[in-house]
Amino acid sequence: MEIIRPGTKVPFTRYRHIAVVLSTVVNLAVLILLFAEGPKLGVDFAGGTMVHLRFPKKVSITDIRQALSGTGLGDSVIQDFGQEGDNEFLIRLEKTDLRLGALGEELRQGLEKNFGANQFEVRRIESVGPKVGKDLRQRGALSVIFATVIMGVYLWFRFELRFGLGAVIALIHDVLVTAGALMLAGYEFDLTIVAALLTIVGFSVNDTVVVCDRIRENMRKVRRESLENIINLSINETLGRTILTTGTALFVLFALFFLGGAVIRPFAFSLLVGFISGVYSTIFIATPVILFWEKRKKK
Amino acid sequence: MPRGVLVRLVIFLGLALASVVYLVPTFVGEVPSWWSGFLPKERIRLGLDLQGGTHLILEVKVEKAIENTVERVKEDLRRFLKEKAVPFNKAERVQGNQIQLQVPRASAERVRDLLKSEFPNLLLVSSRPAAEGSEFLLAFQERELRSIRDYAVDQSLETIRNRIDQFGVSEPTIQRRGQQDILIQLPGIQDPERAKEIIGRTALLEFKLLDEARSVEEAVRSGPPPGTEILYGYASKSEGTGTERVPYLVEARTLMTGDYIADARVRPRSGIEGPYVEVILNSSGARLFERITGENVKRRLAIILDNRVYSAPVIQERIGGGRASITGSFDMKEARDLAIVLRAGALPAPVEIIEERTVGPSLGRDSIRQGVISFIIGGSLVIVFMIAYYKGAGLVANVALIFNVLYLVAALAGFQAVLTLPGIAGIVLTVGMAVDANVLINERIREELRGGKSPRAAVEVGFERALPAILDSNITTFLSGLILFQFGTGPIRGFAVTLCMGILTTVLTAVYLTRIYYDHRIATRKLTGISI
Repeated sequence: MEIIRPGTKVPFTRYRHIAVVLSTVVNLAVLILLFAEGPKLGVDFAGGTMVHLRFPKKVSITDIRQALSGTGLGDSVIQDFGQEGDNEFLIRLEKTDLRLGALGEELRQGLEKNFGANQFEVRRIESVGPKVGKDLRQRGALSVIFATVIMGVYLWFRFELRFGLGAVIALIHDVLVTAGALMLAGYEFDLTIVAALLTIVGFSVNDTVVVCDRIRENMRKVRRESLENIINLSINETLGRTILTTGTALFVLFALFFLGGAVIRPFAFSLLVGFISGVYSTIFIATPVILFWEKRKKK
Repeated sequence: MPRGVLVRLVIFLGLALASVVYLVPTFVGEVPSWWSGFLPKERIRLGLDLQGGTHLILEVKVEKAIENTVERVKEDLRRFLKEKAVPFNKAERVQGNQIQLQVPRASAERVRDLLKSEFPNLLLVSSRPAAEGSEFLLAFQERELRSIRDYAVDQSLETIRNRIDQFGVSEPTIQRRGQQDILIQLPGIQDPERAKEIIGRTALLEFKLLDEARSVEEAVRSGPPPGTEILYGYASKSEGTGTERVPYLVEARTLMTGDYIADARVRPRSGIEGPYVEVILNSSGARLFERITGENVKRRLAIILDNRVYSAPVIQERIGGGRASITGSFDMKEARDLAIVLRAGALPAPVEIIEERTVGPSLGRDSIRQGVISFIIGGSLVIVFMIAYYKGAGLVANVALIFNVLYLVAALAGFQAVLTLPGIAGIVLTVGMAVDANVLINERIREELRGGKSPRAAVEVGFERALPAILDSNITTFLSGLILFQFGTGPIRGFAVTLCMGILTTVLTAVYLTRIYYDHRIATRKLTGISI
């Protein structure tokens, strides 16, 4: 079986101008969204307390809100969690002056009064102090930036500076696209999202590595061709591999997304978006950067 | 079979056998009786998010420990000057943890010398003439402050460890983290709220005399007179039910603290009164207690825990034998928890929970089940796809993939890495990404075959040419895994660990294990055609 026929010659670089415009627009939109509206932050980053509840009986958000109204936690954010009919909810208690940890207890008492002692299950509590939240936020952002730079430096050493530069720009693109998709889908940013972003950075650069490896090989083999043709040839030659590899990764990610449970779903979602974006960015972002660099040098 | 191929085959099979051995304890539950001593008994360790439990990070308020120390040294200084009959006008703790000491001009020089010889830890920050003599500002040296902070954190850790041991949690993790934080993990804990209550309590027991000469009401209205303070206790309401806050005017001076406690026990009481906690003092504590009670017969002694007055009984006579009781309206559980914290000792400084993550056991079980299901479905999809796409070569890649997962999971057990929910996702992801190496190799082999090379040459060139790209792409992913490990804690680290280990096992199996098969075919000259 073959997905890409041998000898396929799609002139990818010809579309690079459209791609650059498109990607710039998308990335700018994400940046504007990030700075204007800001991402929805989970407790890891925003601080506060999140309580994950499950009820054996059917319960509505209004019921829960009513139960909490007597405890001073009435204005908490309550949302459905998991599949329809699971009767699972997340309650987000905003930062309060109450001692961390005592919050969960107050919530429990409010619920017990209304639903009865064994009529709900506290599945998960996450509490993060504001200082820790800020610290994690900074370190999370730094680690993604650091990883991106490291990838660029690695490609610079293994290949050439322009390859590293292309990779870095492609990675920034992937991270931004993923962040934008997360915001559109309404997922919260937390530690697992940082893990996903770092994985995207590490995985998405693989395509770039493979294409760069082929470009270098082809540059030695066919010296008379223009760089543009060599790049196109290399992308086409490795296209089958790129699609296959991302494809198998997407198989398992779809399995995780649909079957892995609601806790891991945002993680799987990020990787799905990031990996797909990684294929696009390798072909339409990383290699045009190499080409652009080359053209500028000639002038 | 040629030697080289055979040797490699034996190595990989040996590794597989060892892997199976390492996984036996995890999957059979109890190891059978013939499972001899030298065989591994470690099961895969599950993270708190999978087995349920509580993860806490406490911040030790070290500045409070410094304040306490400065306060104590100030008291020592006052006592010392009194003993030496050196007059002084003022000795107070002031802003910035300094001690302000005002002495008459006549004794300034003497005080200066005494400070130097008797209080070498104190640094003379400044001295200036004051209204009626000299004013000295004293402070601790930076080195001293550092060691107070360190001691506060270490001592808190020790105390908390004691408390948790007595509370009874199997395999807790209690570690210092950074400058002033303590990381605590309590796997499988049933009642996290109670555990937090026990861990976070300062449990500072103090005995102070009540100031009965002055009226409490007056003090509440217009502030406590110097040398005294107002503390509160709780008592049953005189009418109706519930409790009310009762103010006590006590002397600020602490006669004795809980440092001298040798043991603390819950004692039942008759009727509806509920249990009380009996405190047994060690021998020097008993002597001190005897002296205090002897000197203050007929006065009221307040028993104070964490600034709350539990009772203030009248001292009827000198009390020998070193026993004191703490009464209050608590139930059996509260009394037991109180005994635990008293036995384990007080924290040298208050602690604050700055991070908590609790996962109930049912969520952990669900996570494992869902993780396993996605692993099976995702893995099957990959396996079916590889056979459909590459036929024979796909089968070879699949065999490598199965060995890969076996090695990976065994490595988790062998190195006692912690498996978390993101860690399971990491294993699933490894399955999806591992075939990349075989895809690279197989695509290359196909290309070389199309280019007219013999199957043998195509395989050799395919492996050789694909290797740099395989290594590079795995190294980059490995690097981001390392960065993630550095950044993350708990569950996230679990993911970083499986990701990185998965990369090692992937390179091992996808490149070197599959090669054995092809080398065997080449060596036996059977590689005339290739199913790819």
